[in-house]
Amino acid sequence: MAIEVNGTSYETDEEGYLTDLSQWNKDIANKMAEAEDAELTSNHWEVISFLREYYEEYQIAPAVRVLTKAIGKKLGKDKGNSKYLYELFPYGPAKQACKYAGLPKPTGCV
Amino acid sequence: MADFDIPAYRTIKIIPKPVEGTMAHVKPYFAKPEHQEALGFPGEKPENWKQIAIDKLGEIVKKYKSVALFMDICVKCGSCTDKCHYYIGTSDAKNMPVARQDLLRKVYRRYFTFAGKYFPWLVGAVDLTEEIIDEWYVYYHQCSQCRRCSVFCPYGIDTAEISMAAREILDAIGIGQKYCNEILGKAQKIGNNLGLPGPALENTLEGLEEDIEDETGVVVKMPLDVKGADILLVTPSADFFAEPHIDGLIGYAKVFHAAGASWTMSTYASEAGNFGMFIGNYANTQKLTMRIRKAALDLGVKRLVFGECGHAWRVAYSFMNTMAGPFDFLDPKYPVPEHICEYTNNLIEAGKLNLDPSLNDDMVLTFHDSCNIARGSRMGKKAGGQFEIPRAVIKAVCNNYVDMPHDTIKEVTFCCGGGGGLLTDDIMEVRVKGALPRMEALDEVTREHGVTHMAAICAICKSQFTKVIPYYGFSMDQIVSIHQLVSNAIILDGQQTESTTEPDKKSAD
Repeated sequence: MAIEVNGTSYETDEEGYLTDLSQWNKDIANKMAEAEDAELTSNHWEVISFLREYYEEYQIAPAVRVLTKAIGKKLGKDKGNSKYLYELFPYGPAKQACKYAGLPKPTGCV
Repeated sequence: MADFDIPAYRTIKIIPKPVEGTMAHVKPYFAKPEHQEALGFPGEKPENWKQIAIDKLGEIVKKYKSVALFMDICVKCGSCTDKCHYYIGTSDAKNMPVARQDLLRKVYRRYFTFAGKYFPWLVGAVDLTEEIIDEWYVYYHQCSQCRRCSVFCPYGIDTAEISMAAREILDAIGIGQKYCNEILGKAQKIGNNLGLPGPALENTLEGLEEDIEDETGVVVKMPLDVKGADILLVTPSADFFAEPHIDGLIGYAKVFHAAGASWTMSTYASEAGNFGMFIGNYANTQKLTMRIRKAALDLGVKRLVFGECGHAWRVAYSFMNTMAGPFDFLDPKYPVPEHICEYTNNLIEAGKLNLDPSLNDDMVLTFHDSCNIARGSRMGKKAGGQFEIPRAVIKAVCNNYVDMPHDTIKEVTFCCGGGGGLLTDDIMEVRVKGALPRMEALDEVTREHGVTHMAAICAICKSQFTKVIPYYGFSMDQIVSIHQLVSNAIILDGQQTESTTEPDKKSAD
């Protein structure tokens, strides 16, 4: 599978996750969101950029708890909970936000 | 919300009329060649796949007498037909346990029985074809290996074992399921199903220590790779990642802290779950079990405690000793393995935990028995301990507890719908429909007894329910870990109680 963005084709897996995360750019994220009828606001981008930073350092997406804490620090305490993250990413912060951020899908019993 | 129909609750629990092929279109993604090869399976279907598959079946029925017996002994009495949650939720005729077994049985008969070899038309024996392989792939991935049907079979035929055998044959001809096999590879390479490397695990645990201190004012440690600790805790990696699992992990840490225990987790064995069992592959199951043994030896621990994980407990309780034993290097005073619920319950019975169950008064609880714990193991010293101990823990930390209907709990519990390697989004339709009987039971206690939360002691159950219960009108935060309830109610020495008595906040997080 692949996703077409600005005339370039990027390979994805069956579930639409980018195969090569180094190819990621913001337009890809926007295109993925568009396909799921979502619009990325500045709050979405906060989550996406945190995910990418964390991944860069640890080679894995952060635990939901780590993410909520970080978002709480950045966007205010009322937003530092998984309920808010689910409002932003209804298919689940771990899975949907990771996809937009170009990260692989978290696996396991999650 | 879904591109398929959500099944309606049955007013009277009648057996659905079987329909051919309602779920024939649902099959999970195939494993990639590299996932297959990492586990010792062919990356692609070999040319002589048919012979390999038949040989594999022959090897399995020779090695596992149980499978041979299950192939031979069914008398088509019909007792199992309406016992499978996937059949109840989908009405697909091939999801009746006997029909699922027959998919393999008809091929077994053709190649391994006298009548099937010479008079196949008389005994329903058929040649192995591409179509049959496809049917196996579809319907053996609509079985969560929960063994509920086997409880009702007068001969004790275990469809789980048949489904494991079928998956083993499929893997032997290069047809693997992506979800299971990718995860197995990660667990063997990195140490856990998530692929969580050591530094990330360390960072997560440090963050949790901070959270506990912020909440209670008490420094509670989450030790990792501590040599010479008494207890090694092996827990599903979902406990480090997902909600509400992580609240359970916090609960274990608080209990160990309150008991003054010397304990540790291990980076090398940072996974309790063992997907090797799901694919019926002994070698891969053993490899992961050996990691736990190695970690216990390297760290020099005396006790082995398992966190809240269903099939981990089955593997640990029922297979670990023969696969990776003997564990005679551990302290013989304690059971091997020991379940975290058993550990906590012993402390409760000895009066060693300071608990205030009123801190959970905002909830009315029920408990979902996980299939692998209920039907694949035991817990504690007494028969039925796997049912009584988790309930005893819940009742010690909660004032409001109600069981779901008797025909949906304990040894006849319904699977959550996501066990056995089916907890993957590509077969969401199977997962949602398979949850129907449990949702009906939860709905009943919600209406009649005002139940607000359902506790579970399995990472898969917790993840599956948080994902599928919204399809049935519940909300995901209604699912809780047992040790999350313990965490809410426990009062540690030196804990600032005023600022922490906000159970509302905890359960909503």
